[in-house]
Amino acid sequence: MEQVIKISELDKNFKYQILKEPGGEGLLKCFACGTCTASCPVREVDEKFNPRKIIRMAILGMKKEVLENEFIWLCAGCYICQERCPQDVRITDLMGALRNIAVKEGFIHPSFVAQIDFLHKFGRLYEVTEFDNKKRVKNGLPEIKHMPEEIQKIFEETGVAKFVEGEQ
Amino acid sequence: MKYALFLGCTIPVRAQNYELAARKVAKKLGIEFVDVPEFSCCGFPVKSVSHEAYLLISARNLAIAEEKGLNIATLCNACTVTLVEANEELKKDPELRQKINEKLRKIGKEYRGTVEVRHFARILYEDYGIDKLKEHIVRPLEGLNIAVHYGCHFLRPSEVYQEFDDPENPKSLDELVNITGAKSIWYKERDKCCGGGILGIKEEDALKMTKDKLDNIKEVEADAMISICPFCSVMYEGSQKKIEKMFETEYNIPVIYYPQLLGLAMGFEPEELGYKMNRIKAKRMLEKVTGIGTA
Repeated sequence: MEQVIKISELDKNFKYQILKEPGGEGLLKCFACGTCTASCPVREVDEKFNPRKIIRMAILGMKKEVLENEFIWLCAGCYICQERCPQDVRITDLMGALRNIAVKEGFIHPSFVAQIDFLHKFGRLYEVTEFDNKKRVKNGLPEIKHMPEEIQKIFEETGVAKFVEGEQ
Repeated sequence: MKYALFLGCTIPVRAQNYELAARKVAKKLGIEFVDVPEFSCCGFPVKSVSHEAYLLISARNLAIAEEKGLNIATLCNACTVTLVEANEELKKDPELRQKINEKLRKIGKEYRGTVEVRHFARILYEDYGIDKLKEHIVRPLEGLNIAVHYGCHFLRPSEVYQEFDDPENPKSLDELVNITGAKSIWYKERDKCCGGGILGIKEEDALKMTKDKLDNIKEVEADAMISICPFCSVMYEGSQKKIEKMFETEYNIPVIYYPQLLGLAMGFEPEELGYKMNRIKAKRMLEKVTGIGTA
């Protein structure tokens, strides 16, 4: 990332876009205290993930730098920052909002494409194979059937279907 | 007490020991689980992609339970938080509810907001109650030192859980362990996340998070770790060997699901509780328990 932030390249509307996204409503309440970053278990193992910095970049309007960066996908969703934030920014929800916006702007992490594919095929994240069901029955557990039809319809209704392989 | 059992995606294929033990224990306690084949994924993985699709998938599951007039019991922390959050969001926002119902109608469903979702451990702790549970302990697990792992979504965000436990300093799972006669022991950074949420994004980071907790549990020489979430177990149990190799260390820490521990204290034998399916064998732990037939 460049050291100098060029005001002419900032997107002043980015913060309003975030405020309108479910989970992004608290963005402007942030007073940059850094409680989130200090509490974050991901930050502890990876300096690339710094919630306070991401929030600052978002407020400044560094849209491209935020949405194209891997760091928005690094939140583990543990909610510890959300519990501790003195300003009720709702940071975990905000990270979700940023991801939803990134997806709309064409940036989706490949790991989620794979998960959507499975949900589309099976209605669940893992295929329950014949082998699994045999094992289940042997253990006295009921068989599981795949019923993906209604999930497929939900994906069609919400535009998520376009991420399913072979549907583009 | 009767609940629709929400298994989610991971448990039916990767945590049959958890499912088996939970069903056995529930049955003996008189808690009835109703199987609902129409339940799908809770919607958790879709939350990062489309908030609307996530709400629809969750609301569909909730609507199915509503049709049966049953509250939902979950076994997975991620399923719990996903369904509870969607339920809360839809309950408090009539406009959103209407929008979601317009789309749900196309698949013949309607969300009304008439059921509650609770994790089985919370059901045992709050609804069934610690005192009543105590009456079922016939084989106290004295001498066992247990490291509990709550998992983030059992407690947080606390606002959707009516703060039934302290999100920073919880005690429910400790108490659930202590009534079995085993002892819940303290270790550093107990409330830390397993890293599961980013396993598919950056494995190296996720495993480092997992490793930190395994190190802290090793330090206090716990006989076993207790989990109440299949994905936390994927991290601590399923990835334990890999972490040992990556970081040239050794743990050999069994990761037991709470109903497997409770079941032992209620008099079930290890094989009835799926101990054979645990990947890190609990042999040493089981040998410490007096009165077990075939450990």
